[in-house]
Amino acid sequence: MDEFLNKTIERSDVQLSKGDFESDQMVKWCQGCGSHAILNAVERVFPKIGYRKENFCVVAGIGCSSRFPYYMNTYGIHGIHGRAAAIATGVKIANPRLSTWVTTGDGDSLAIGGNHFIHLIRRNVDVNVILFNNQIYGLTKGQYSPTTPMGKITKSSPQGTIEHPFTVGELVMGAQGTFFARVPDNDINLMTEAMFEAAKHDGTSIIEVLQNCVIFADKAHTAITGKEVRDNTMLVVRNGEPMLFGKDKNKGLRLNGTGLEVVELGKNGVTLDDILVHDCYNPDPGIHLMLAKLAPPRFPMVFGVIRSAMFPTYDDLVEDQITYAKDTGKIKCVDDLLNSGDTWEIK
Amino acid sequence: MTNKKKNIIERKEVVVKFVGDSGDGMQLSGTIFSDSAAIAGNDMTTFPDFPAEIRAPHNTVAGVSGFQVHLGSEKIFTIGDQVDVLVAMNPASLKANLKWAKKGATLLIDADSFEEKAIEKAGYTTNPLIDNSLESYRVINAPITTLTKESLKELGLDPKTAERSKNMFALGMLFYIFNRDLKPAFKYFQTKFGKKDPKLVDINKIALQQGYNYADTIEAIESVISVAPSKMEKGRYRNITGNTATAWGLMAASERSGRPLFLGSYPITPATDILLELAKHKSLGVKVFQAEDEIAGICSAIGASYTGAMACTSTSGPGLSLKSEAIGLAVMTELPLVIVDVQRGGPSTGLPTKSEQSDLYQALFGRNGECPVIVIAASTPDNCFYYAYMAAKYSMEHMTPVIFLTDGTMGFGSVLFRIPKVASLPPINPPIAQPNDPDYKPYRRDPETLVRQWALPGTEGLRHRIGGLEKADITGSVSTDPMNHQHMVDMRAAKVEKLADFLPEQEVNGPAEGDLLVVSWGGTYGQVHQAISQMQEEGKTITHTHFNYIMPLPKNTGDILKRFKRILVCELNSGQFVNYLKMKFPMMNYSQYNKVQGLPFTTQELMDKFNQMLEEK
Repeated sequence: MDEFLNKTIERSDVQLSKGDFESDQMVKWCQGCGSHAILNAVERVFPKIGYRKENFCVVAGIGCSSRFPYYMNTYGIHGIHGRAAAIATGVKIANPRLSTWVTTGDGDSLAIGGNHFIHLIRRNVDVNVILFNNQIYGLTKGQYSPTTPMGKITKSSPQGTIEHPFTVGELVMGAQGTFFARVPDNDINLMTEAMFEAAKHDGTSIIEVLQNCVIFADKAHTAITGKEVRDNTMLVVRNGEPMLFGKDKNKGLRLNGTGLEVVELGKNGVTLDDILVHDCYNPDPGIHLMLAKLAPPRFPMVFGVIRSAMFPTYDDLVEDQITYAKDTGKIKCVDDLLNSGDTWEIK
Repeated sequence: MTNKKKNIIERKEVVVKFVGDSGDGMQLSGTIFSDSAAIAGNDMTTFPDFPAEIRAPHNTVAGVSGFQVHLGSEKIFTIGDQVDVLVAMNPASLKANLKWAKKGATLLIDADSFEEKAIEKAGYTTNPLIDNSLESYRVINAPITTLTKESLKELGLDPKTAERSKNMFALGMLFYIFNRDLKPAFKYFQTKFGKKDPKLVDINKIALQQGYNYADTIEAIESVISVAPSKMEKGRYRNITGNTATAWGLMAASERSGRPLFLGSYPITPATDILLELAKHKSLGVKVFQAEDEIAGICSAIGASYTGAMACTSTSGPGLSLKSEAIGLAVMTELPLVIVDVQRGGPSTGLPTKSEQSDLYQALFGRNGECPVIVIAASTPDNCFYYAYMAAKYSMEHMTPVIFLTDGTMGFGSVLFRIPKVASLPPINPPIAQPNDPDYKPYRRDPETLVRQWALPGTEGLRHRIGGLEKADITGSVSTDPMNHQHMVDMRAAKVEKLADFLPEQEVNGPAEGDLLVVSWGGTYGQVHQAISQMQEEGKTITHTHFNYIMPLPKNTGDILKRFKRILVCELNSGQFVNYLKMKFPMMNYSQYNKVQGLPFTTQELMDKFNQMLEEK
């Protein structure tokens, strides 16, 4: 799988382990917080990706999720609220030889940092974003966020929110995203798998983690990701495989007209051939968008790598333009520049 | 080419202003005229004066675009208080600019444009060309549009294309009035249009030549003006605007320091030209990121700075407001960053195309927390090069953001620039940490300078995290310890203050002690210097000191101030620098002279003020 990884980033000579990425800082998230599992997954996936440990850079904004850089033994910046995407853009453009990661939350990236989030995606800068979606503002103690379900009672919505929430995947596709994965915080293997795929993807990768805030929005995702229900509420997609779910993998998605429908194998003549086969590399986001929007009760929610399409990255295009200009430009140094154009000698 | 039959009037300095409707080509006329004067050896400053709108309604005062040139046989410091020659292409431009013309000034007017409708639109109730209101001027009233069309008749152009060359016809007349050689203008046409549209070369040549010939035949022009070449220091010269000089100064600093240049910026008048200029120079490895907003501009620069780039962001006042929080992040992370603020009239959107010095408080104080930054101000379009270079040098060597202040007048204005060699500029040595340095700690400081090291991602053995939360001294771990916070606040302030050890001494022009010291800073240098010099020539005792290093101030500032009984601080705001000085050196006797009209000081109004002060003594 290594051959898919970015060639401009130097690889480690030795096999690194989880311990190489653990920092000496005390992790100050609440007990039971989903962030612990995400940290665990990242510490596991970085050695697997195999770049030199000095070539990882983790950037964050503000919020619980954004303390992440302090807990990783890498290069890292803990920035200001909402701006991680912009800071990471600067990191990646200035030094494309860094594997650049952003950890962020639903408030940080979709409210105060919404502008930077969509423009990072639109430009397709090769940055991997782990978006901790807990549907609440944790660090400021319990106000509703742009992903809080409508009607939810929070400290700042005592009668229930009256806002329509964002669906992260829909926003990503709307911003012409090239990579989108959704994973639950209670499945470390699926998290690691998606993060690895994100690392492989050239361009902006958004990994939405349905993360549990035990204090202010406990069990917000349980109706979907809870052990008792998830067989019927979660559909994990994998490239080239039919989109099946259910305890016995007997339910699946079928394209009917312009929409998707849930069908059962063996019922009404439905066979495996009727089931949609996942193509995450399809440049057309049509099906990907439909998959990203699906939710109970009529549908399962879709998890795994939903989209991973190949488009040129911003940082590669920057380098291409510079290489071209250096090869063809007449001005080779600032002295050349100062003396270029209309100049004259006074004797 | 000589004008044998005319009288020649020798002038030491002349101010010429081209005015017309936006789109009449006044910027081009002005540029060609000033280029030809530069080639003839005159010193000069130029300044474009245009509305914020791209094409305001035709023939209205709002749509007037202008270009002013002040040229002379001696060093020229200002854009000129009053105009000697005004070229006006329509009634609105005459209406808007006559107030700047000296009594007795030459007015070269396109009579064809003075139609009833245009006169009315300009806000005149009667035709100024016939109502005797211009009696105190020398009016050259020529049917320029008609003559231009006639002179291009043989080319068979459509009337609109022909009419568009009327600016060149007028310029030809001006070339005659100033006894200028047409060849540099022809060369200019060739370079500008030769490849794109060779026909335009001919059209412009003919219009220019015919304008020149016409001026030779009419009796209204009885004398020509001659401005002798200026005695300038030997060397190679070019014309440069402040914004270009800023961009090039940053590029020179990048080359000299070996740190690649990154600009994260969002377009804003009057700073956009810096972004545009740097975007042209990818061949030198310059990375320019046009961000989605001002905040992303500076935040991307902070990210780039962390990786070891010489990072910059360019903006004007409203943008600086948006960047405030991120400047705090750069202060806290102690990363180098040059924030260029090309000041304009404020507050809010204010006067986008006009100039003020009213962002000083914001530069000094406009952030949350104890948040000191270095503040440096350029004072002329050409020294934007030097001070931008120094801003970058100090930012990198002292690991702290620098706010570099210029203004719209400087940014758009141009002067002759004696081209330096990059190798002659002071060296730049950023404190870059070495791989596997066992002693490296993110906040370990050089005991002399209090500067921390720059550890670049990718370097072996230096992995570390920085961020906006307060950090423990030396280790850089997150810390809320009260005494540590006090210490770090003190260190950040002391580090910035320590730059004063490296700054050149503040100089004075005039006696080192006495009754009256005039203080100025930034973009007012030309006018104040001109006024002081003129008064000193008249035998008056007055001293001037002009500041470029604002935070910290040069070490001898207090010594200079205390040697004068009275200190007059002149600035284009309501008194921001004077209050800053009062805070730093409270025991002095300060007065202030301020103007907040979006306009520069005039030399005359300054001299009037200085004379009044001297008389009051």
